[in-house]
Amino acid sequence: MNNLSASAVDEIAARHHAVFNRPFIERWRAPLIGVVVIAYLFFAWSLFGIGEAFRNGNWNIAGNYLADWVSYEARPDIEYDGDYLDVEFPRFSPLGKDPDPAWISKTTETVQREVVVNAGAGIGTETSTQSKVNSFMVPGAPGTQEGGADSGSTANSFMSPGTEKPAEAEQPAPETKTVSETVVTRVDVEIGSARIEIVPRQVSVDYGGETLLIDIVPDESVSARGELPAWASQRDAGGDILMNFGFAGTVEVESDEVKVRHRFLGWENFWFDTNSPFWGKSFSQVAGLVFSGERIDPDMSNAALAWNNILYNAEWQHADVWIKLLQTIVMAFVGTLFATLLAFPLAFIAARNITPSWLANQFIKRAFDFLRCVDMLIWALFFTRAFGPGPLAGISAIFFTDTGTLGKLYSEALENIDDRQREGIRSVGAAPVLVQRYGVVPQVLPVFASQSLYFWESNTRSATIIGAVGAGGIGLKLWEAMRTNADWENVAYMVVLILATVFIFDNISNAIRSRLIGRDRTED
Amino acid sequence: MSTAVPNVQLSAEGRLVERHWQEMLFKRRLYTWGGIFGLAVILAASLWFANETNAGKFFDRLPHFFDFIGDLIPRSGAEIWRAMFDLPSPFADGSLKYNYPDGRFYLTENIYVPEYVYKMIETINIALVATLIGFTFGFLLCFLAAKNLTTRRWLRFFVRRFMELLRAFPEIVIAGFFLAILSLGPIPAVIAVAIHTIGALGKMFFEVVENADMRPEEGLRASGGNWVERVWFGIVPQVMPNFLSYALLRFEINVRASTIIGAVGGGGIGESLRLSISRGHEAKTLAIIILLFTTIVVIDQISAHLRKRLVGNQAFEFGRGG
Repeated sequence: MNNLSASAVDEIAARHHAVFNRPFIERWRAPLIGVVVIAYLFFAWSLFGIGEAFRNGNWNIAGNYLADWVSYEARPDIEYDGDYLDVEFPRFSPLGKDPDPAWISKTTETVQREVVVNAGAGIGTETSTQSKVNSFMVPGAPGTQEGGADSGSTANSFMSPGTEKPAEAEQPAPETKTVSETVVTRVDVEIGSARIEIVPRQVSVDYGGETLLIDIVPDESVSARGELPAWASQRDAGGDILMNFGFAGTVEVESDEVKVRHRFLGWENFWFDTNSPFWGKSFSQVAGLVFSGERIDPDMSNAALAWNNILYNAEWQHADVWIKLLQTIVMAFVGTLFATLLAFPLAFIAARNITPSWLANQFIKRAFDFLRCVDMLIWALFFTRAFGPGPLAGISAIFFTDTGTLGKLYSEALENIDDRQREGIRSVGAAPVLVQRYGVVPQVLPVFASQSLYFWESNTRSATIIGAVGAGGIGLKLWEAMRTNADWENVAYMVVLILATVFIFDNISNAIRSRLIGRDRTED
Repeated sequence: MSTAVPNVQLSAEGRLVERHWQEMLFKRRLYTWGGIFGLAVILAASLWFANETNAGKFFDRLPHFFDFIGDLIPRSGAEIWRAMFDLPSPFADGSLKYNYPDGRFYLTENIYVPEYVYKMIETINIALVATLIGFTFGFLLCFLAAKNLTTRRWLRFFVRRFMELLRAFPEIVIAGFFLAILSLGPIPAVIAVAIHTIGALGKMFFEVVENADMRPEEGLRASGGNWVERVWFGIVPQVMPNFLSYALLRFEINVRASTIIGAVGGGGIGESLRLSISRGHEAKTLAIIILLFTTIVVIDQISAHLRKRLVGNQAFEFGRGG
């Protein structure tokens, strides 16, 4: 390349004065806008308190919630009962009633021991005789139920609900009995590559080549022998020790129990819930039962029973989810279709080249603006009051909003039509209606249809959101599933369904639209 | 129509052409009527289904259709303005219905922002921040999705699918997820709307980029410019007006979206509206609706004006990429 001499540079600069000496504003516009935007973002940062909110966020829970999308936890508690142990599962465990999974192995022995039986203590007696051990947690005790990630409510779980009663009532005569029973003396838990060995007053954990020994003084303290490895943490001396084995799960050693959280990949009990007779059976077993097995329920065939169990699966609620999804689709479809049908004739009145009356034009146009600018949300809230929660409210909300939007678009399209075709039809003496039918409609129909299809597609998405305020459809179901913070796998299921629906309708609408526009082109 | 034409004897070829034409016409009419019939059947089924699964039945509830207007009649017209500007009400009885001054947001000792104006500002800011975030990331991603700038097929494919996912992912789930982590407030709404905006703007941006004039880019390529220089000096200046205009359009949509997200727990005016409607506070509801309506109209007008200045009379399909 040739280097330019100074005079040549000057000459070029003089010739293209406007390029080399742009006004200040023009030269600094981009950086100025950047500075303003950044200043604004700082302002927004403080307005919304973003820093604080992020600091106070429960980020450790976030990981759990995300993992819940595609996996589930089994949550056994191993409790210390004097010299023995007891493995308890929550009542609605994904592993079914009284599970005995392979990753928990119990070492048992039979012992004789004295048991106090309180006569006439109402529920207390019943529960204690059932479990053979007095004042020990009964499988069905409400205290064992844990909601989601929060596990702070189990402080009192050692008492069965009935045992508090006798203390208040008059002292019943204590009666001792010697019973022979099987007790657990040692529990081995396997979580991924971690081995946890639990015996009364001691827990030893083997993970990643390191061994941690934990001593427990029941109901008093928990203390580790030696340094804690990186995967274990203890907030304060003597307090609970939490061990994290990555995705596979966590173990929390407390002074009264060991809480095991073992995570498994997949959606648990997706087809049959734990109450179903088909639960836990392989596909071929189920197929065998359905086609050739004896009737499980004498009232219906096995196939009907299986179908019924799938539809009314208590955890996944397939029937309800699919009905709600269909509602969302119907809301978008009917709402858009009605909006199209109403906006179509009104747009002819609103277009100033079709209806030459200024008053009528303005009136309809302002009505469109009103319908459009009163938000879909407001309509949804109103119609939810009128029709009660359900798709009718959603249909009406979409119908009202989109009549405004589509009407505006249609009338704009009408105002931009080619007038020669209309004149041609008019010149052969056609009636006004026929002029519109043959002179205008063929020009605008593909555009109209394409816009309506586009709104159909976009409403399939927005119908999800207005559903959450009560306008029916899957939105409300989604919102309810999220509010408990315990059913993220159901949220994932619904999201997958919504994404699939949106994808399918996108493609249908795109295919029809490109056909419409393509045909439009060939006709030109 | 053809019957009106005087009967002329056609040649054999002419008759053949006419027969074909009649057949085509018949086929076309069949398709049209078949389509309309199919649509009517689907519509009837849909309506039946919607009515069947609704809490109240259509014809039972139809007389209540305009009940909401009853919810909008305050005890006196001036109540609306009192509710809007947080002035004390003569009907004040300590209930939530007339406690307008309680919502005041004091800037200094004496100057305050009325509650709903403050909430409206919050909602607008949610939309603005979300649009800015969406614009930034959409801008960065769109060049990687454009056919004329990214020759690696897999990269284009990946970026496009990613943007599609962001666009289709239900906003309410993102908002709900961050509500669980960050607790109530506007941030979940910002994140939810922003994520959607990245996908929506990214799609419109790469379509603009694909239609860009490639000659400046070729010039830069000839003089040895690298990819970033080619994009920054060759493409960005010509697509920027369209980008900004789409961003303004998206801002309009985002104001509505953040109102809706607000109603399901994201803060801002949407939440106030939902609460006030469900509690039956007529004056407050009407004040919020008027405020919301005015704001949306004003924003639409300003944005339409700016867009016209940016890209002239080029028509926009409203809500594209929605």
